[in-house]
Amino acid sequence: MGPKGPLAHAGGVVMTLFFDAFAWILANLGPAGEGELWTRIGEHVLYSLVSVAIAAAIAIPAGYLIGHTGRGREIAVAISGAARALPSFGLILFFVLLLGTFGVGLGVRVAAGSYIAFVILAIPSILAGAYAGLEAIDRSTISAARAIGMTEWQILRKVEVPLGLPLLIGGLRSATLQVVATATLAAYVNLGGLGFDIIQGLPLRRYDQMLGAALLVVALAFALDALFGLAAQITERVIPDGRSAPRPRQHRAGPKWSRASSAGTPAHN
Amino acid sequence: MLNTAGNKGRLALGAAVVGVALALSGCAQGDPLSPDEGSGSTDTIVVGSQAYYSNEIVAEIYAQALENAGYDVERSFQIGQRDAYIPALEGGEVDVFPEYTGNLLQYYAPDTTATQTDEVYAALADALPDGLAVLAQSSASDQDSYTVTQEFADANSLSSIGDLANVDGVVLGGPPELEERPYGPAGLESVYGVTVSFEATGDTTFDALVEGVVNVANIYTADPRIQTSGLVTLDDPEGLFLASNVVPLVNADLAEELAAVLDPISAALTAEGLVALNVQSVEDQLSSAQIATEWLTANGFVS
Repeated sequence: MGPKGPLAHAGGVVMTLFFDAFAWILANLGPAGEGELWTRIGEHVLYSLVSVAIAAAIAIPAGYLIGHTGRGREIAVAISGAARALPSFGLILFFVLLLGTFGVGLGVRVAAGSYIAFVILAIPSILAGAYAGLEAIDRSTISAARAIGMTEWQILRKVEVPLGLPLLIGGLRSATLQVVATATLAAYVNLGGLGFDIIQGLPLRRYDQMLGAALLVVALAFALDALFGLAAQITERVIPDGRSAPRPRQHRAGPKWSRASSAGTPAHN
Repeated sequence: MLNTAGNKGRLALGAAVVGVALALSGCAQGDPLSPDEGSGSTDTIVVGSQAYYSNEIVAEIYAQALENAGYDVERSFQIGQRDAYIPALEGGEVDVFPEYTGNLLQYYAPDTTATQTDEVYAALADALPDGLAVLAQSSASDQDSYTVTQEFADANSLSSIGDLANVDGVVLGGPPELEERPYGPAGLESVYGVTVSFEATGDTTFDALVEGVVNVANIYTADPRIQTSGLVTLDDPEGLFLASNVVPLVNADLAEELAAVLDPISAALTAEGLVALNVQSVEDQLSSAQIATEWLTANGFVS
């Protein structure tokens, strides 16, 4: 026993835990793991992306309708706020039980229950991103589009959708993160995913396995977040800035030097 | 519902403790988190339970039996899993806890080779730390089992786990950790020569068995659904599973006096009796206190 304090000891334990966890990941990603961990990662990505895709197919049209017409926002906020508060694990088991009373087979029940729970989790962020993206567009831009004779459909397609894209991507981004984190629950109903290794490790007290799988979930979340970050950057560059954010005010009369100082900085005051 | 008389006693004790604490507060550095204050008296017995309904029913039976024998009982139920409550027992905050011999042995001696009831009980007595003791074990057990549907048992004339060796394509369902347990697929192969494929059916294990997604399921022997759904638990003559009988785990200092009250209880609690208690909880939605009172009355401990 050295003169180490309890804090230093705890630090050592944590370091060992992380070291063991990384060793577990490497061992199982290699040939010794027989590809099982890769399958888990694949299942996890599949559940996450399919859920977000289904949620997007529902939430984006709904969000655009709200954003374009300016109606129904309060209802959407109330419903999506309530949906956010639903416990996902409870939802999965609820749908598995509910569908069971209709005689649906177990395989279909667990898949449907899990996807419904994940989709409900993903919808609020995407919905908010879709309508907030449209709402954030400068009203004069929309009026201008209307003034040059665009139909409502053209306004949506050519003005609102492109200009609202950055906020929509933000919504998709946070929805994906939430679903990646929650898809660990799928393992409770025999669907695998990275949650399997966490749930299996708990009663066996295999901390390397639990922490390793948890770290992979984190890594997956970071990787998907980076992809969305990249997509956001690309859209920022490609799409002209038509939101109410400041723009160079060339049409205003004023001394030339004031332009240079205000061009790139936000002009809220 | 809390017993009113017990409540009053506790209030008086609490008041006394507060009074003493106030008197001493001038000179002593009291630790507000110290667990010992208030439970030092041997008159109050603290009974704990796991966050598992069946365990709570047994704990309630112990509690009511002790109250009946004149003890003041404090209930500290739903403490959670072994990692959470064993330290409380070792620290003397909880005096009595319904336990399961096999699982408890595995906690203290993970590498144990004992699996049969009496071996496990003997090994457990050696493995326990000094401050703790187990009283007589009951014949009621709540342990892992391999269970099949009546149709599957009839179709393949199964009565013991070994009979599965003659069946092709057996699919075993259970919680994810079963894959790695010594009694999992590897143990089935080595002990009984039975080859199975494994499905981590987790929380849907029971449904998976009934709907034929799996043929054999890892279900606890005291699960009331074995009775209510007419399932067949396969015999385990080779002791693949660790026997796990219900046993009171107690503070060693109190073991002798508690044995006088709890040993007759353990003797009266049978395997069928435990399942019946669980059925009352799951099917009839009775509270653990009601179920315990009825059981004690029916078995002649309370008139």
